[in-house]
Amino acid sequence: MSDVERAPKFGDDVTSRQDEPVIVVDGAGVTLGDRTLWRDLQLSVWPGEFIAVLGPNGAGKSTLIKAILGLIPLSAGRITVLGEENLHGSSAVGYLPQRHAFDADTRIRGRDLVQLGLSGTRWGLPLPGLRRLWGGSRAAREEEQRVQDVIDLVGAIDYADRAIGELSGGEQQRLLIAQALVTRPRILLLDEPLDSLDLNSQQAVSALIHRVAEEFKVAVLLVAHDVNAILPYLDRVLYIARGQTVIGTPHEVMSEETLSHLYDTPIEVLHTRDGRIVVVGQPEGVAYHGHASHDHS
Amino acid sequence: MIIHNSFVLLLQPSWNPLETLRLLFAYHFMKNAFLAGTLIALVAGPVGYFMVLRGQSFLGHTLSRVGFAGAAGAVLFGISPVVGLLVFGSCAALGIGVLGEREGRMSVENDIAIGTVLVFSLSLGLLFIRLASSYAANVYSFLFGTILGISDHDVWVTALTASIALAILAVIARPLLFVSIDPDVAAARGVPVRLISYIFMLLLAISVAVAVQVVGVLLIFALLVTPAATAQQLTARPTLGVGLSVGLAVLVVWLGLSIAYFSGFPIGFAVTSIAFGLYLGSRAWRGWCGARLRRTNVSRVSGEE
Repeated sequence: MSDVERAPKFGDDVTSRQDEPVIVVDGAGVTLGDRTLWRDLQLSVWPGEFIAVLGPNGAGKSTLIKAILGLIPLSAGRITVLGEENLHGSSAVGYLPQRHAFDADTRIRGRDLVQLGLSGTRWGLPLPGLRRLWGGSRAAREEEQRVQDVIDLVGAIDYADRAIGELSGGEQQRLLIAQALVTRPRILLLDEPLDSLDLNSQQAVSALIHRVAEEFKVAVLLVAHDVNAILPYLDRVLYIARGQTVIGTPHEVMSEETLSHLYDTPIEVLHTRDGRIVVVGQPEGVAYHGHASHDHS
Repeated sequence: MIIHNSFVLLLQPSWNPLETLRLLFAYHFMKNAFLAGTLIALVAGPVGYFMVLRGQSFLGHTLSRVGFAGAAGAVLFGISPVVGLLVFGSCAALGIGVLGEREGRMSVENDIAIGTVLVFSLSLGLLFIRLASSYAANVYSFLFGTILGISDHDVWVTALTASIALAILAVIARPLLFVSIDPDVAAARGVPVRLISYIFMLLLAISVAVAVQVVGVLLIFALLVTPAATAQQLTARPTLGVGLSVGLAVLVVWLGLSIAYFSGFPIGFAVTSIAFGLYLGSRAWRGWCGARLRRTNVSRVSGEE
């Protein structure tokens, strides 16, 4: 397999575990207070798969990501990540939280932000970069090279040495993706990485994520509001609404039949000539829906 | 020998640097002042750097006021003021942490918790002063610094406290940077965000307690905030930033002490003025760099067209 030739940078033994799912969600459900967000979720995510998590606001998309990370307890079922039920804090999982904008005064370089993905979990000195003063070690140089590699990969070389507070949303997002990738994870969990970006950046970042998934066999779960920027790259779609979940190919899930059944109300799915999908008739409106907190669970 | 804040006899600095140094260290209390001042700067530099990065300057400010109450209380009960500073500061840091915490992380509620502790501790300080009215001179020295009255014993206490604080900071430095920049990702990667936040608040309380000795509670920003903020204006590299912050804090203390020694100005004033001057300079420098960057960008864009 030619893919594997390029793959060894990510995941040490990619080939041996190609045939096992990296995430297995088995009958899982989450209840916050007295409200069940979703339940009976069955999902297996395979290496290199690119899956979008869609649904109205408040449906529990971010909660699913956090449950996979082990940050939120399940009320039912179980989630196995890389064969383990409690993999909290693993470097094999890259994570990008929701609406993540840095203060304009944050005086730390993008390169340092990426570096923190490697060194931020280690106790004790040296501080990032201090080793260079002592002549440098091979491990330090390898680490620097790794940071440089992901910065090149996400195309952030032009601004990686500027303070992150000065950068645009798209530039910050690329550096955050680089940070999530620097540990060479086998799973990438991205919570609305495209939302604050302009259309061009949305397409560029989507293509980048697709490339990472395909070349390095990284499984990607991406929470999104609008499916169109990622539509050409998606393997599957997980749609969460009204406490229920549907999983399938984009065309299976984004159909009038499936969505009407899910919402229990007639939904129209329009296909534009350039291949975009427009969903009309969701109870909360078309794109940016209001409050799902008084929905029908 | 205890001399508070002013010199009876002013010495003239010599053109010969060695002679000036000899004059500077002619008195034992000046040796102690330089020793303690340097130790304090070594702690205030890096701790201040993280405080500014985390946007916790208000917390540092409050802990210094709490220190005032602690010092006044210590004087009242006849124990060492440094001990009062440390005990009160640490308790206040923990109290603010508990009051300001919501769902396991710091929130907007934090500012209100800090402010509440701030006024309460000021009023406690007031009460202690009233009860111990004969110690007005001591209170004054805590408001504006007392470094010329530092005893050998105080130097040892400062050295011990500074070493402990620096050792703890060295252990948590990298996770602390991670948590300060990116708490969500740090938590997802298994960094104990809450524990580190508490440890840092304690470190801040310790640094404030030792720094109060040089500049007093009213002028604490000069050592804790200004060198760190200046360093962050000059560089966005964390290691260099911490180094610069330490260097500037030491420089500010040394220059401040020397100028005060030869001119008779209060030390707090000398230290604060130098720190202020450096900060203004760094702002101007960065503004100039930004303007130059914009100019080159404009010429590059117009050159392409």
